[in-house]
Amino acid sequence: MATEAQGAGDGGLVFHPMDQFMVKPLFGAGEVGFFTLTNVTLWMALTVAAIFALLVLGTAGRATIPSRTQSIAELAYDFVRKMVEDVAGKDGLVFFPYIMTLFLFILFANVLGLLPMAFTTTSHIAVTAVLAMMVFLTVTIVGFVRHGAGFLSLFWVSSAPLPLRPVLALIEVISYFVRPVSHSIRLAGNMMAGHAVVKVFAAFAPMIIISTGIGLLVTPLSILAIATIYALELLVAFIQAYVFTILTCVYLKDALHPHH
Amino acid sequence: MASEPQATESASGLPQLDFSTFGNQIFWLLVALVVIYFILSRVALPRIAAVLAERQGTITNDLAAAEDLKVKAVEAEEAYKKALADARTEAQKIVAETKAAIKADLDKANEKADQEIKARTAEGEKALAEIRDGALEAVRDVAKDVTAELVSAMGGKADGRSVSAAVTARMKG
Amino acid sequence: MEGDIVQMGAYIGAGLACMGMGGAAVGVGNVAGNFLAGALRNPSAAGGQTATLFIGIAFAEALGIFSFLVALLLMFAV
Repeated sequence: MATEAQGAGDGGLVFHPMDQFMVKPLFGAGEVGFFTLTNVTLWMALTVAAIFALLVLGTAGRATIPSRTQSIAELAYDFVRKMVEDVAGKDGLVFFPYIMTLFLFILFANVLGLLPMAFTTTSHIAVTAVLAMMVFLTVTIVGFVRHGAGFLSLFWVSSAPLPLRPVLALIEVISYFVRPVSHSIRLAGNMMAGHAVVKVFAAFAPMIIISTGIGLLVTPLSILAIATIYALELLVAFIQAYVFTILTCVYLKDALHPHH
Repeated sequence: MASEPQATESASGLPQLDFSTFGNQIFWLLVALVVIYFILSRVALPRIAAVLAERQGTITNDLAAAEDLKVKAVEAEEAYKKALADARTEAQKIVAETKAAIKADLDKANEKADQEIKARTAEGEKALAEIRDGALEAVRDVAKDVTAELVSAMGGKADGRSVSAAVTARMKG
Repeated sequence: MEGDIVQMGAYIGAGLACMGMGGAAVGVGNVAGNFLAGALRNPSAAGGQTATLFIGIAFAEALGIFSFLVALLLMFAV
């Protein structure tokens, strides 16, 4: 694709699939400091606003027969609550607001990131790594507070034959520490990949301006591809939020009931 | 690519690995998460939980009320059925009474008619017997007269007593 | 010249890393297909296992995403 772009000359196709992920200050150029208002700030604020609109303004009626917005809010509530209860158990419900926060933040950030010209906060490894580390630390701390040294029995698979146990323990420890890595990279990678693919197809779309012959074939195909990938990305946006949340619940279950 | 200095931001490097923006992102992420957490735990979740609980209560109450109404409907139906059955027995009773009354009247009338018929029959038989007796008397008289005449015509002397005894014996035989 | 060779190697490596996508596709297909086969045999138990299905798909897909990540790193970061 690079040669094609070059062959079309300087005014040809421009591929910058990663530009959409750049963190830029909102006002003026310059360094991105700690408290600078950037597009990250803007889109996180929009995420918060969307959650506020759905869960607070949407339920303002407190109607017994819910309005449409209210039923969506109730649906989200029931969905996450049931997930926490089913996977982590009844005593996991203490963490329900925390998990609900994670779920809603990721879901809304993913979906808002799909808007054209939007910035996807969850496509950044810095953001997802913090989310995953928060889960990791919560799980570890809760495990040790609830069970003390007994939490280490999570790594000692008592159902396995004795000679295998040290090996399994090593594997379990490694997999335990890899969890936050895979947890964060899965989300960021999925988001990044989908958006980059859409961007690549979008770069093919103006082909008809450069060369009518090839463009007649390529442009409709790439537009169709954008639409298809976009639909898939909507699904992925939801599924990744769901997966992140349910894995959080699974890890939490490990912390609450380490004996498996 | 890595050897190039980052002259133009767009040209090189993955934006995700630009560590100079990490602090900014993490700071705003934490702000956003804390805000969402407080929105959820202070306002949204208790409210939704209350709404759901209230709805559950309403549904339970409505179900109980529906159950009550159902029981009442069953009772009403039973009462209706009972009333119907009562009315039916009442009607049957009345019918039976009427029937009995009519039958009694009829019997009485029949009896009266029977008696009358008997009386008439008896009267008729009596009249018939009288007529028959009368006829026998007449026949005897005629036979006595004829016998007396025959006896006198043959030259005998007709004794009234013996003639009548002979006639009587003859008629009996 | 030397930089060009390094860049070429990076691009080739990125292309090779994309083969990992095939592995992820096989894995996800395997998970979903087996779930469907099991679900058709015992549809009543299928509903409770959708969470497990998604977790399995997520794990399988994460490894494909890792290969994508390696490709990106080769393209932009090396």
